[in-house]
Order: sequence, then structure tokens, then C-alpha cells
Amino acid sequence: MASTPSQTAAMMPTEWRDFFALTKPRVMTLVIFTAICGVLAAPGSIHPVIGFTAILAIAMGAGGSAVLNMWWEADIDAGMKRTMSRPLPGGRMRREDARDFGIFLSAVSIVLMGLAVGWLAAALLLGAIIYYAVIYTMWLKPRTPQNIVIGGGAGAFPPLIGWVAVTGDITAMPLLLFAIIFFWTPPHFWALALFVQSDYAKVGIPMLPVVAGEKATRNQIMGYTLLLAPIAIAPWAIGGTSWIYGSVAVVLSALFVVLAVPVFTRMRAETDAMTPEKTLFKFSIVYLFVLFAALVADRVAAYQGWIA
Amino acid sequence: MTPEEEREFLRRRKARNWVVAGTLVFFVVLFYAITIVRIGGQGG
Repeated sequence: MASTPSQTAAMMPTEWRDFFALTKPRVMTLVIFTAICGVLAAPGSIHPVIGFTAILAIAMGAGGSAVLNMWWEADIDAGMKRTMSRPLPGGRMRREDARDFGIFLSAVSIVLMGLAVGWLAAALLLGAIIYYAVIYTMWLKPRTPQNIVIGGGAGAFPPLIGWVAVTGDITAMPLLLFAIIFFWTPPHFWALALFVQSDYAKVGIPMLPVVAGEKATRNQIMGYTLLLAPIAIAPWAIGGTSWIYGSVAVVLSALFVVLAVPVFTRMRAETDAMTPEKTLFKFSIVYLFVLFAALVADRVAAYQGWIA
Repeated sequence: MTPEEEREFLRRRKARNWVVAGTLVFFVVLFYAITIVRIGGQGG
């Protein structure tokens, strides 16, 4: 009974819930949502069973690369309060098991996508997994304060892959969906980073507010928000959607800019509630969900012939 | 192992086995469905 966590991990079978926790289920809800949007918004039809399989493969690939991320960062996670009780730093499973589980999930997801859906979508899924687990986690995250921008690229793959699963080719529209999430991530995450006390500095991860300071972070939030607006409106501007998506994108983007301006212009006071930052962060989540929902509504309306 | 630890050991192993079994059954059904769809039409 008096055994240490590492001894327990060595002799006890790991709880299946701990394997599940390694796949970052909460991140996966956003992955699944945007992947479904990619599938539904793409032109052409896909059999529901194949569509479901495509979403499942994307979710499994995201889960597999999240497991590899947790495996690689176990020592970092052990040094931060927010992450120190995750399955690996908590000593509830063996590291090799996490690594093998991550590789297995990733491999199965790619083969499943290739056999059931198509090999272009499978190749993109492989690219996304390598991008997140190797390029981001192992290489760039510990080396650059722009790591959030790089990480946003990983989160941007699901709608692209979902779209390509239906069409079988890469066109401007799925690339724009990729770009929207890519440019959305930095203001979303850095707004959070401004008001949440994190201990990334302690474990040597160069997060922007820690490395470059608060002012630089506020500047970057404004910059990426301004870049995001034309990209979010572009699907309508190039004729890929109707006015339904177009009007929603214009209104949402204007709101995003309006909410980013006070974050950009002000500085933290002594006792600060950080209300503008919290508002921007909460709005950024609504922004992405509503924008993608509007895209799906727009495309479904067009394919059903409800609008011209 | 104490009796308590052994009970915990068996409980965890049993829970894991059920999850693995459920996953396998799910994939058997899924692959059957995929096969039917892909044979039925031009890739569905």
C-alpha cells in the first residue's frame, strides 16, 4: 500500500481512462467540429459511413499525435502546476506504453483513412501528425516564441483533411479554411496567456509574454487579428460562398478587431481584472464556432438549391 | 501484493479488457460497413 507512484505504475495495469486522457479529449472536440465542417462544406457527396470514417480517422490521428506530444513533454509537464498530474508525470503509466500507444493510434488512423477514404487525405493526415508531433512538439516549440503560430498550423489541418476526404483534391477553399484557423490561433491563445499565470518560464518553453513581454504580445495579437479578417472574408470574396457566410464573416471579423483594439492599446494595471483580454478570449471561441457553422449553413443552402 | 492491491489489479485489467473488446467489435462492424459501401458504389 505504501508503494510510490513509479512502483505502482510498474506493476499495475494502467487505467484505460489514463490512455484516453493522453489523447487530449478536450482539444479533440474542436478537431472533430472543424473536421465535420470541412466534410459538410465540401462540394460533392460522400457516403455517411465513409464520411464518419474520415472524421474518425482525423480524430484518431489528432489523438495519436497528442499522445506523442504528451510522451515527449512528460518532463516539461512534471514541472508545471497545470499539467503535473497528467498520466505520465503523475506516474500512472510507463513512458514506453504512451509512446507505443501514440505511434499505434497514428498508424491506424492513416491506414484507415487511406483504405476507406483516399490516399491524398491519408497523406495529409500523415503530414499533420508529423507536423504536430515532430516539427512543433520536438523541434520548434522549445525554440521560438512564435511556437503558438506553428502550433496553430497543427490545429488548422482537420477542416482541410475533412474537405479533401470528400473532393479528393486540394483547392483554394480548403486552404482558406486552413489559413483561418492558422491566423486565429495566435490572438486566441495569447489573449489567454495574458491573463493566466503560467509557469512556462520555469520549464524553458519560450512563450511570447514571458520572452518578449506584455507589450509585444499585445502588438502581435493586434497584428494577427488584422491579418485574420481578410482571410476570413476571402471565401466569400473569391466566390466560394454566398452572402450568408460573407455577412457573418464581415460582422464577426469587425467584432474581433473591435475587441482586440483595447487589448492592443492598454497595459496591465496594479490590480487588474483583465476584462478586455478575457472578453477577447471568450469571443475568439464563439468566433470560430459561428464562422464554421455559417460556412456549413451557407454551403448546405447552396447545394440544396435554397439560394442562388 | 496485498489483497487490496490484487483486487485493484484485477479491476483495472478487467476494465481494460472490456474497452479493448468493445473497440475491436466496433472496428469489425465499421470495416464490414465500409466494405459493403465500397463494393456497392463507386467508392461511395
